[in-house]
Amino acid sequence: MVIDTTKCVGCQDCVIACQAENNVPQGFCRDWITTEAKGKFPTIEMEIRSERCNHCTDAPCISCCPTGASHYHDVGGVVLVNHDECIGCKACIASCPYDARYVHPEGYVDKCTFCIHRVEKGQDPACVSVCPTHCMHFGDLDDPNSKVSKLLQSRRNHSLLPEAGTKPNIFYLT
Amino acid sequence: MNEITTTRHNPFIDPTLQVWNWEIPVYLFLGGMVAGMMIISGYFLFKGRHKEENCSCYYLPYISFVLLSVGMLALFLDLEHKLYVWRLYTTFQITSAMSWGSWILVLVYPILFVNILLRPPKMLTDKFPIVIEWQKVLLEKTSWIKNIGVLTMFFGAGIGLYTGVLLSSLGARPLWSSSILWMLFLISGLSGAAAFVHVIAKDAYERVLLAKADNAFLIIELFVIALFIIGLKTATEVQASAADLLLVGKFASSFWVFVIGLGIIIPLFIQLLAVNHKINHTPLAPLMVIIGGLILRFVIVSAGQYSHWFALN
Repeated sequence: MVIDTTKCVGCQDCVIACQAENNVPQGFCRDWITTEAKGKFPTIEMEIRSERCNHCTDAPCISCCPTGASHYHDVGGVVLVNHDECIGCKACIASCPYDARYVHPEGYVDKCTFCIHRVEKGQDPACVSVCPTHCMHFGDLDDPNSKVSKLLQSRRNHSLLPEAGTKPNIFYLT
Repeated sequence: MNEITTTRHNPFIDPTLQVWNWEIPVYLFLGGMVAGMMIISGYFLFKGRHKEENCSCYYLPYISFVLLSVGMLALFLDLEHKLYVWRLYTTFQITSAMSWGSWILVLVYPILFVNILLRPPKMLTDKFPIVIEWQKVLLEKTSWIKNIGVLTMFFGAGIGLYTGVLLSSLGARPLWSSSILWMLFLISGLSGAAAFVHVIAKDAYERVLLAKADNAFLIIELFVIALFIIGLKTATEVQASAADLLLVGKFASSFWVFVIGLGIIIPLFIQLLAVNHKINHTPLAPLMVIIGGLILRFVIVSAGQYSHWFALN
């Protein structure tokens, strides 16, 4: 996923769309808006980001899971949690440097799935499809001709906490 | 200036992680105590002390059995999806410390049972007379007893170091991201167990030996804590900040007062006086060591969850 921070206005449409699409329980969220202001007056920069699970290539939540409930989806390496295998030990929550997971009130650990049920039908994730500024782009980063790959080739970008070594797969255009 | 605001508000995640409460520190503490007791008991078997009527190797397996079961109950209570606990035993995930731990715990029970067979309870022999035959076979073969002792020490050490590896494998928490945490929990488990056995031992030789051993363990524990802190302070910026949580931050008072002061230095001082015959042995010092070990787990688990990669961004 590629998100253009120069277009994101922090309207939270993505957050609401995710909650509606995935029946996220009240009081919880799978994605959220982060606003980061940095610099020194008068050269202060502000970045608004729509954040969620980074679906890391080296996901620590998967390697620490004792039951195999956390796993990579066959297609695209999306990180998912099999609710029927999750015992709710919360090791995955503690292992995630992004704090992207939470305990669902029904007892299993829950997180962003990149709306895999929509992606399998050829649709974009709900957050991407509702974004009013079209700042979010979803596609195959392994395909050099995909829109997301071309955006990353042509624009300055960064990921979150690359120093944590998890190889996150969400990139922010700046 | 670097100011981050977020709309995320997930319970027990924000503003700081608090997914593990009392159950995990209690489990880690009891696991450490059992580890220490198994190492002590195994050592006595290896040294042939089972020939002594009052050897603690005869009752430590029972205590270990109970404490380990209470610890596993605490672990079970921590699970959010309790009815699915059996899933742990339908797979072995080689990269998961928790998967290793759950299988090690299962293997420890048969080891404790073999220890119990050296002097089985009457209830067991009344119901299954064959157990007496097994006991005879075991007691006749010194080499077997030595091997049981080694195996008991090996699995005891396994539990002890696993309790530390469980946390240090979670690299997202800078405080736990230390390769020495397993050693800290193992030595703390040994010192707690030595203190406990020192109080309850019926054999005078064992009481004195374990008081001396406990002093050595406490001194080593101080060195390991120092190395743990130095390791963090000289690592990345987030790890240095995590160390500051213990040294000068939110958890400093409980760390310095309860873990270092009341949990190690003062009982060490009291026990040094006792082993040098300046004062009588007192159960106060061992009690302080045991409570200090429990608070150490609470502090490490709580401060570890508090520490974060985002702290300095």
